[in-house]
Amino acid sequence: MDRLLFGDNQFFGVNHMSEDKARDQSIRFQEIQSIIDVLDDAYDEGIRSFMCTTHDRMTLICDHMRAHPDRYGDFSFMPSMPYAHKYANAVTEEGMLGALKRFLPAEGFLNAAMRGGMSFAKKDIEGITTLLIDSEMKMFSGLNTPVIFLQNVVVDLLLGLGFKEAFRIFSVHVKTRYNAEPGFITMNLPALLDALEEVGLTNPIVCSNINKIGFRMCGGFDAYERALRERKFRAIAMSVFASGAIPAREAIAWVCGQPNIEAIVFGASSKSNIRNTRSLVDELWYNNSHSQALLS
Amino acid sequence: MIRLAVVGLGKMGLSHYAIIATHPLVKIQAICDSTGYVLDVLKKYTGVATYSDFDAMLREVDLDAVIIATPSSMHAGMVRAALQKNLHVFCEKPFCLDTEEGRELADLANSKALVNQVGYHNRFVGAFGEVKRLLDLGAIGKVTHILAEAYGPVVLKTKGTTWRTQRHTGGGCLYDYGAHPLDLVNWYFGSPHGVGGSVLNSVFSKDTDDEVFTTLYYEDGKSAQLSVNWSDESVRKMTTKINIWGTQGRIYADRQECRTYLRDTAQFPPNYHQGWNVRYTTELTEPVWFYLRGEEYSAQLDYFVRCIAENRAADNVNSFKSAVVTDNIMSLIIADATTRASRPGEVIPEVPSKKRGFFFPSRKTAQ
Repeated sequence: MDRLLFGDNQFFGVNHMSEDKARDQSIRFQEIQSIIDVLDDAYDEGIRSFMCTTHDRMTLICDHMRAHPDRYGDFSFMPSMPYAHKYANAVTEEGMLGALKRFLPAEGFLNAAMRGGMSFAKKDIEGITTLLIDSEMKMFSGLNTPVIFLQNVVVDLLLGLGFKEAFRIFSVHVKTRYNAEPGFITMNLPALLDALEEVGLTNPIVCSNINKIGFRMCGGFDAYERALRERKFRAIAMSVFASGAIPAREAIAWVCGQPNIEAIVFGASSKSNIRNTRSLVDELWYNNSHSQALLS
Repeated sequence: MIRLAVVGLGKMGLSHYAIIATHPLVKIQAICDSTGYVLDVLKKYTGVATYSDFDAMLREVDLDAVIIATPSSMHAGMVRAALQKNLHVFCEKPFCLDTEEGRELADLANSKALVNQVGYHNRFVGAFGEVKRLLDLGAIGKVTHILAEAYGPVVLKTKGTTWRTQRHTGGGCLYDYGAHPLDLVNWYFGSPHGVGGSVLNSVFSKDTDDEVFTTLYYEDGKSAQLSVNWSDESVRKMTTKINIWGTQGRIYADRQECRTYLRDTAQFPPNYHQGWNVRYTTELTEPVWFYLRGEEYSAQLDYFVRCIAENRAADNVNSFKSAVVTDNIMSLIIADATTRASRPGEVIPEVPSKKRGFFFPSRKTAQ
């Protein structure tokens, strides 16, 4: 996996610090070309992996990438699904089952009909889940998707409910159907690692907040440090700047000092910020690889 | 361990269930819902005991507490039955569509010294808590006006078939969205003495309101305005905002931040100074043991559990009694809007019907 993954919160009006800033960003990025321009900047800085929500607008980015294979030959998408708000709003409008039906494929091809219909009748979540995954993955058809993530609201809901079997179902489908690695995003890293281990998912890719001030690291800072030292998993650190609460250099230096971190996901809206983060990581990652080597 | 059941497994119920099930002091004894489908899936994959008959569950399961997250019109009957069984109760908002009944239940809970709490989670959002702290300190002097707003993209077309799209079951923009900013106004300033200029307007919904505007009047000349719209596609998700003006400054808050302007004549709280003071969620939020959709959802349930564990029934920040004040403001708004002449595009609301039944539609217990 690349060390540095590019995130997409900034493109879709997600900002954990300020709603004004979030709105400014959604205005700035309302033309798809302005997102593509930033992705181009990231690509030109050597960043090849884009961790992106399965937001409807992502379809346009996918179309662009498919139309320009020469420009983006080794570009990878790491889809994170589902985009939860579209489901949450649909549940308010149509209820739980109504919402589910809305997002299942409308066209009655045999496979979907069999999996969906049978699954509904048998209350077999496996068929329904795989159908939902397929409908979310449709936009990435023909593109490179080496890792497919289950998004944190869903992961943490399933984790809380004790519905661990769903992690295994997701994992198996992503591997067999898309030949991709499953990834899990969570706000509750220590608890999730236990759950994944229970259903036999070894050395999983798990993306969680990992930052110097412990922002949204549920289970506690110490438990995260211990997990990074002692558990076998492929850690991706997100929210390393804690929404801007930690200065960039200090934030990256701290993360790079933690053992066992395979990648950092970050969002940026300007070429200079992208370059700055990349050069900090290039400079400071050495300590991490050095300590990794000592550990192994 | 506190033995607990979750009743109603819609959006809020499932979220509460996922959070409370991970609480170190809580053991989930059962879940209850009228939708057999959801129950059966959860039973099949998690092994939890399930009921579709609330009364049977109360009879058969040993419980200390319940979380009630059913459609609002069912709250009163279920809350009463739970209190009569001496259970501590956490109930979703709005508490009771019938304010009188809400008052009775608040009295019943208090007379039995049972913990009683309503799910106004904004009182557990760091930034809104900071506003309360600043007001209690008198930081912005004498308050003259508050503007409370909430916008979000829920109903964006003429459609809708759930209880949330019918006012008589407790749906609609006022009950679903408006209750939140109103409850903050209630937390900060208590009950108004009058309500005027209320508009409950349908934008897309056939049977209920999609936007709500009103003015609340207070004894000392202070006023509050409410502006709420759940048919606003321009915001990504529900956004609640508070602006408060006082003689010594102004406070703005949303879920992410609290910005306070203080005049040089203000009494500065520690670490506050003249001019703008900005506090972000990263510094205002206390860590929680489990995170699902926001710290506030976990924090309010942890608070409920601790109130039970520490025998603190009397001083709940989101007590039934406080929620009844918010319910009452909503009744006043409906009454005010109803007395106005019909205008083009305006829905004249029905008065909420009183529903006393609290059994889910009869269905075989799916234990």
